[in-house]
Amino acid sequence: MSPLQAPVLEVEDLAVRFTRRGEQPTLAVDGVSFSVAPGETIGLVGESGCGKSVTSLAIMGLLPRRGVEVTGSVRFDGNDLVDAPDHVLRGLRGADMGMVFQDPLSSLNPTVPIGTQVTEVLLEHRQMSKAEARDEATRLLDRVGIPDPGRRLKEYPHQLSGGMRQRALIAMALACAPRLLIADEPTTALDVTIQAQILELLRELVVDSGTALVMITHDLGVVAGLCDRVHVMYAGKIIETADRHDLFARPRQPYTGGLLASVPRLDSARGAPLTPIRGSARDAIPWAEGCAFAPRCDNAQDDCLTEVSGSTVPLVPDGPGRELRCRHPLEHPSAPSGATASGAAR
Amino acid sequence: MTALGDHKRERIDALAARAGQLPEGEAGLSLTRSAIRRLRRDPVAITGAVIVLVFLVVAAFAPLLAPKDPVTQYLLSEIRPGTIPGPREGFPLGVDNLGRDLLSRLIYGSRQSLLIGVVSTLLGLVAGMALGVLAGAFGGWVDTAVMRFVDILLSIPGLLMAITISVLLGQNQYALMIAIAVVQVPIFARLLRGSMLAQRGSDYAVAARALGVKQGRIVFGHVLPNSLSPVIVQATLSLATAIIEAAALSYLGLGDPDIARPEWGAMLANAQDFLSTRPALAVWPALCIIVVALGFTLLGERLREALDPKFRR
Repeated sequence: MSPLQAPVLEVEDLAVRFTRRGEQPTLAVDGVSFSVAPGETIGLVGESGCGKSVTSLAIMGLLPRRGVEVTGSVRFDGNDLVDAPDHVLRGLRGADMGMVFQDPLSSLNPTVPIGTQVTEVLLEHRQMSKAEARDEATRLLDRVGIPDPGRRLKEYPHQLSGGMRQRALIAMALACAPRLLIADEPTTALDVTIQAQILELLRELVVDSGTALVMITHDLGVVAGLCDRVHVMYAGKIIETADRHDLFARPRQPYTGGLLASVPRLDSARGAPLTPIRGSARDAIPWAEGCAFAPRCDNAQDDCLTEVSGSTVPLVPDGPGRELRCRHPLEHPSAPSGATASGAAR
Repeated sequence: MTALGDHKRERIDALAARAGQLPEGEAGLSLTRSAIRRLRRDPVAITGAVIVLVFLVVAAFAPLLAPKDPVTQYLLSEIRPGTIPGPREGFPLGVDNLGRDLLSRLIYGSRQSLLIGVVSTLLGLVAGMALGVLAGAFGGWVDTAVMRFVDILLSIPGLLMAITISVLLGQNQYALMIAIAVVQVPIFARLLRGSMLAQRGSDYAVAARALGVKQGRIVFGHVLPNSLSPVIVQATLSLATAIIEAAALSYLGLGDPDIARPEWGAMLANAQDFLSTRPALAVWPALCIIVVALGFTLLGERLREALDPKFRR
C-alpha cells in the first residue's frame, strides 16, 4: 500500500496534439505528469473537455494514429508505451492494464451475450480452453457481485440492469488481474445508490489485489470516497496536485476552490443560490498567454495574463506533497476551514 | 446522372447511420425476438408476409396448382385475328394468342420471377457485402479505392446498367440474374461499409480494443454483426426491385428465351400486341408483378421500422 513502492505507471510530460489538415492543431493534453504505485488510487479531476479522458486513451494507446501526435513518455513497468508497436500494446491491454468506460450499455456489444464477451478476453490473453474460460467467467461475474452468474453469461447486455452491466465491464477489465486499472467516469451513467456500490467494489478490488487505480472523474464525491492523491486538470494541464485530505481542506488553486464550493450542500439554507464557477471551459485562453483559467477566476490579477508570449504559469511545489500552478492562490489561515473541508465529502 | 447517384448515396448513408441503434428497455427479449414480436402485431407487415408466402407456395407447387400445361396449345381453332378466347370452362382466365392457358402460365411464371429475384439479390448481397467488408474493415486507401469504384457504379442508372450487362452476357437466365445482381452490388457495399464505419467508432469497439482483442476479431466478431440489420432490410426491399427489373428486362426481350419457362415480363411484352383485342393478357401478368413487389416492399419497410428505434411507437 505504501506509495514508496516502485510506481506501476509513470506519465511524464505527456502531450496530445490533434492535427487536422488546414486547421490549427489543438493541444488537448499538455505536459501532464503523474505516477501510480500498486494499491494506490489517484484521481484525475476536471470538467468536460479538460483532457482527462484523452489522457487515459493516450496511456492505453487507444487514440487513432492519424491526426494525433502523442509526445512525452508513458512508462509501464519502466517500458515506454508511447512509441510501442501495436502488438506490444495489444498484449498489455486487457492483460496488464484494464479500462472501465463511462457508459456500460454502449461499451458492451449489444449482439453478443455477456459470457462470450468475458471469455473473449480470457481466450485472448490466457491459455485457456473454452470450458475453462467459461468457468473462469462465471467466477469473475460472481466476484464482482453479479447474482446467478451462470445464467447471466447467456444473457445479452440489454437484459442486464445498468449496475450489473458496469459490474460485467469491471469483470472483463479485471479478467486477467491487471496491475493498472483506468476507470473513466465509471459511475457517471448510474444511479446514486448503484454508484456507491460500484465505487465500493472498485475500492475492494484495489485493496485485495494491489491494483493501481487511475480514477477519472468530475465528481468530487467519488474523489473524496476513493482517491489517495488528486490531480486537478484544467484546459489540458494539471493545475493542482495534493492528497485528498489536503485538497478538500485547503484548496489552493481558485479553480479547485470553485469546484468544491459549487457542490450543492445539504446544510446550506434552503433557496440559497448555488455558487457556480462563472463562465465555461470554452472561455479558456491558451496557456501560452498566461493562466488559462484567468478569465473565469475571481482572484485573477494583471500578472495572470502575461504580456510576454510563451510564459505559461509554471507548476511549482507548494508545501509537502503538493504542487500548484497559480500566481495568486487561495490563502488559508493556519487551521483548515472546516466548512470547505467537509463540503464535498460524502 | 450525377444527381441521381448523389440521391442514392444519401439514402444509403442515412440508412447506414441508423445501424445498430438499439431500442431500449425491451427487457427479457433478444433483439430479433422483439423485432419479430413487433412485426407480428403489425397488420401491414402481416399483409406483406401473406402475399409473399402465397406467391412462394404457388411457385413451389406450380405443377400441382396449374390446371393445364403452360406450353401446350389449346383452342387453336377459335383463335383468329382479332379474337382470342376469353374465360371459359377449363380456362378460368382464357388463353393467350397462341392458345396457352393464361392461369397456368401465370402460376409457372411465379417460379421464374421469384427465382430470378432471389438468386440475383443473393448474388448482389454476397458481392456487395464482400466489397463493403473490405472497405469497412481496412479503411484507408483500400476504402477509398473500393468506394470510388462503388460510386461509379451507383452513378449509372440501374436499369441502363442491367440492360448493358445482359446484352454483353447474352440472352439467358443466368445473364439476367447477373445483370440484376450487379445493380444491387454498390447499394449493399455502400450500406454495409457506412454501417461498419459507424460501428467501428462505437464505444464497445473501443472497449474491445482496450481489452486487447485482435483487430480481426473486433471487425468480424463485433462490428460486422452489428452492421447487418440495414443490409437485411435492404435485401428484402431489393427483392421487389429485382423482380421488377427481371420483368423489365424480359419485357425488353433480354430475358430467358426458353419458351418452356414462362415469365411475367415476357408475357407482358407479348401481350402488348393484343392490347385492344384482349387487355386481360397484359393486365394479369402486370398485376402479379405489382402485387408480389408490393408484398416484399411492405414486409421490408416494416422490417426496417421494427429494427429501427426511431420509428418505434
